[in-house]
Amino acid sequence: MTSDATPVATPLFGRLGWDAIPFHEPIVMAALVGTVLAGLVVVGAVARYKLWGYLWREWFTTIDHKRIGIMYMILGLVMLLRGFADAVMMRVQQAIAFGGSEGYLNAHHYDQIFTAHGVIMIFFVAMPLVTGIMNYIVPLQIGARDVSFPFLNNFSFWMTAAGAGLVMFSLFVGEFAQTGWLAYPPLSGIEHSPGVGVDYYIWALQIAGVGTLLSGINLLVTIIKMRAPGMTLMKMPVFVWTALCTNVLIVAAFPVLTAVLALLSLDRYLGTHFFTSGFGGNPMMYVNLIWIWGHPEVYILILPLFGVYSEVTSTFSGKKLFGYSSMVYATIVITVLSYLVWLHHFFTMGSGASVNSFFGITTMIISIPTGAKIFNWLFTMYRGRIRFELPMMWTIAFMLTFVIGGMTGVMLAVPPADFVLHNSLFLVAHFHNVIIGGVLFGLFAAINYWFPKAFGFKLDVFWGKVSFWCWVVGFWVAFTPPYILGLMGVTRRLRYFDDPSLQIWFQISAVGVAIIAAGIGAMLLQFYVSFRRRDQLRDHTGDPWDGRTLEWSTSSPPPAYNFAYTPLVHDSDAWWDMKQRGFQRRKEGFRAILMPRNTGAGVVLAGLSLVFGFAMIWYIWWLAIASFVGVVAYAVFHTFNYDREYHVPMEEVARTEAERTRLMTAQTPGQEPA
Amino acid sequence: MKPTLRTLALMSGLALTALLAGCDMVVMDPSGDVAARQRDLLVISTLLMLLIIVPVMALTVWFAFKYRHNNKQARYEPDWHHSMRLELVIWSAPLLIIICLGAITWLGTHLLDPFRKLDRLDQQRPLTTETRELVVNVVALDWKWLFIYPQQGIATVNEFVVPVDQPVSLRITASSVMNAFYVPELAGMIYAMPGMQTQLHAIMNKELTSEGFSANYSGHGFSGMRFAVRSVSRAEFEKWAASAKQGTESLSRERYLELAKPSMREPVRRFAQVQDRLFDYVLGDCVQSGRMCSHDMAQIDRRGGLGLASIYNVAQGPDGPYLVGQCRLPQSTPLDDVLVPRDRTPLIGAGLSLPRSEVPTPLLAGQ
Repeated sequence: MTSDATPVATPLFGRLGWDAIPFHEPIVMAALVGTVLAGLVVVGAVARYKLWGYLWREWFTTIDHKRIGIMYMILGLVMLLRGFADAVMMRVQQAIAFGGSEGYLNAHHYDQIFTAHGVIMIFFVAMPLVTGIMNYIVPLQIGARDVSFPFLNNFSFWMTAAGAGLVMFSLFVGEFAQTGWLAYPPLSGIEHSPGVGVDYYIWALQIAGVGTLLSGINLLVTIIKMRAPGMTLMKMPVFVWTALCTNVLIVAAFPVLTAVLALLSLDRYLGTHFFTSGFGGNPMMYVNLIWIWGHPEVYILILPLFGVYSEVTSTFSGKKLFGYSSMVYATIVITVLSYLVWLHHFFTMGSGASVNSFFGITTMIISIPTGAKIFNWLFTMYRGRIRFELPMMWTIAFMLTFVIGGMTGVMLAVPPADFVLHNSLFLVAHFHNVIIGGVLFGLFAAINYWFPKAFGFKLDVFWGKVSFWCWVVGFWVAFTPPYILGLMGVTRRLRYFDDPSLQIWFQISAVGVAIIAAGIGAMLLQFYVSFRRRDQLRDHTGDPWDGRTLEWSTSSPPPAYNFAYTPLVHDSDAWWDMKQRGFQRRKEGFRAILMPRNTGAGVVLAGLSLVFGFAMIWYIWWLAIASFVGVVAYAVFHTFNYDREYHVPMEEVARTEAERTRLMTAQTPGQEPA
Repeated sequence: MKPTLRTLALMSGLALTALLAGCDMVVMDPSGDVAARQRDLLVISTLLMLLIIVPVMALTVWFAFKYRHNNKQARYEPDWHHSMRLELVIWSAPLLIIICLGAITWLGTHLLDPFRKLDRLDQQRPLTTETRELVVNVVALDWKWLFIYPQQGIATVNEFVVPVDQPVSLRITASSVMNAFYVPELAGMIYAMPGMQTQLHAIMNKELTSEGFSANYSGHGFSGMRFAVRSVSRAEFEKWAASAKQGTESLSRERYLELAKPSMREPVRRFAQVQDRLFDYVLGDCVQSGRMCSHDMAQIDRRGGLGLASIYNVAQGPDGPYLVGQCRLPQSTPLDDVLVPRDRTPLIGAGLSLPRSEVPTPLLAGQ
């Protein structure tokens, strides 16, 4: 076990040696073999069909916000499978480790699993999926042709992917952190975690954090500067509003994470004492700082999905969103308040009654704008004509699930109640209730809603419903038991139990996870079946749901330049308004369109950063220096690349648009296409 | 609902009730007054929120059903999107509930602050002038618990015994990493952190045998970091303490350092003697002689530090560098185990007195 060994670093390979590969862990080795084989199959298939060139030219080096959005989604879904595999292993362990049995996972392995599960699900599943949706939809909804800094967008994606790559490496080379997903010191300090696990954690988050921060700046500037003429702030779609607030939060919060992890690295690498009590440092400072990032982070995740629910409810109720401005103000209030509540994550550290009750009450206040949002969705449905398509089903499931999670959240915000529920399985059930019931359900609603926009065909409804019911039922079967166990005084992160009366609840929970697994399987099947049936599911109108916002006014999938003509906006539901006024699509008079050119710089820079992170983790100093110099040098070199834009020629625009006209007329014969 | 579905629902409902009846929800039915009051707050806040949660859930289902696409009878108003009256309701209803909940939170948090001395034995019994506290110093070690009973002059590992109906005052710290001290039967949890001291004031109102544990993940031995909890009658407690006093082992500073080394699933152990002020040494991270205590270090730092001179007394220990110094513990505070029945005036009724009354009204009638 690497964590127990004193690291002996050689100049050439640092701490890296053959003992870094966990040959003695059969489960890990099986996963390694499986991953390598699957990887070889994928690489082989790509080479066999000569797709490398295509992937490199059209995807890896793309600066098209739509393709980058799709790559984010793929990254998030792949990492979801990894994070879920960890969840399954935990549930199985806890279901069997009773009555003297320590289950099938030793502490070294189990503690890595729950740490990795948390880190992966937040940083490499929820964040990429949320960023992906914003990346794809925001420019389309504001009538822009791309984001403000297209190259930065590509670079951000690859940095996130590099972070995810480091986490995956840690599974097979060395180990991951065994500290819990926020790596509190002193446990995460060099004295108590001498191995490479915490270093993997630090560098994966630092590298991915660069991507997240830059993409936050990018989308923020895009929304501020690139809206279509006429789209004043109060005429932006609600999803854009929530994306705006989210990116404000990202820009304000992520530097805190970067700073606190940098301080932790100084403690670990240079022997400083910011967070060790030995030389006058204070571990509680870390806890404060990380939660000053951590609490806004949960709103970074949920706010865009609140936007999605607003879009979906309004579209499928065939009605304007109820209380647009109160929705906007609620979002802003949540954004501001999310900075005033961080201490509720550690009421039990003894901050004193006045501090605790201040943060308890500010936390409760957040439930007021959130409640207002729920009511607004309710009254959007009121006197509507609700079509129960998949996105709407996810939205209703969200409303029924999320209010319970909100309620248990407010219970935890009452400090004396938190004293008995903190770190319990009740808490675990609560945050899964809001993250699965809020973030994940919202992402599934968004995927089902915007998939036809991205690919030109709808997702299969049957498998979508199977997935829906499995997820919703599975969620409640898996997470009702932890609520109950929490009230029985059972806390989190335990590897085995003595009290046999608890076992039945863990077993029920494991059944729930099995049902969720079926839901994930059904979702993958849904993608596959939809792809096979794409011709039946095809939509040529670009507006399959009778949508209300600008993304539905262009073709599906949209051309690289999104809009041949920049739309003029008169209403918050711009496209609905245009349809009401009998909008006629212009079919001639096109001009050449200036677009950014693809570049491989993002891949190179992120690749070098990955090498830098790996070298730092393993103390391979020469490689760290070389790769860092490489990053800086290549970034400087890239600034001399002046060939960054090209014109889509007039003829090509005309050809693309004419093709669309033909397809639209073909689908709705005899009708003038909208 | 189809009959089969209904039977299924009924059966699963019955099964769930049976399961719930079979399990022991200690958080909902604890044995200590503090935990019971924490439970009360939990219940009150839940009920308050259900006032709004239940109608919202019902409305969701009802609207979803009533305004479904193929119900052409239902009214359809595609452009209706604003109503000042409704907006007022949807913002003020949650606001009112949060105002109530906020008031309860403010009071409850202050009354149940773990640092605050108890002001009653339980709901019926106030403190008397004879009430004395039992003082216990708790150290979370890797991965076991050390309990020092300064009044009795004994210490135990992984065994926590308290007399029933006597207020207990715990001072808590940790030797290396963060843990959380939690006995669900007794009171809420509080973190045990190195170099810092937290406190917990609580009371057991029933005789029982139970378990306490660490509620904050602290490394590989975390899952086995459990300790036996017993609350016994006064006489039996004295007997237990006396028998512990009979033992031969003594907890010196050296013995403590040995004990503090990481180990898992330690059996119960008792020490008949304890080094004077051991807890303060642990708190100052200076059990090992020759180490500078953290309070001394903090004092030097407050005066601006020693500048470059401070690098001369850094020594390399087995677990990292430390500062060499003579340890001067702060003056020991006399054992303050007397509980004075409290003047509750500042907490009462937000300062409001009843009309034509000199005496302020207690909002939370405790006694």
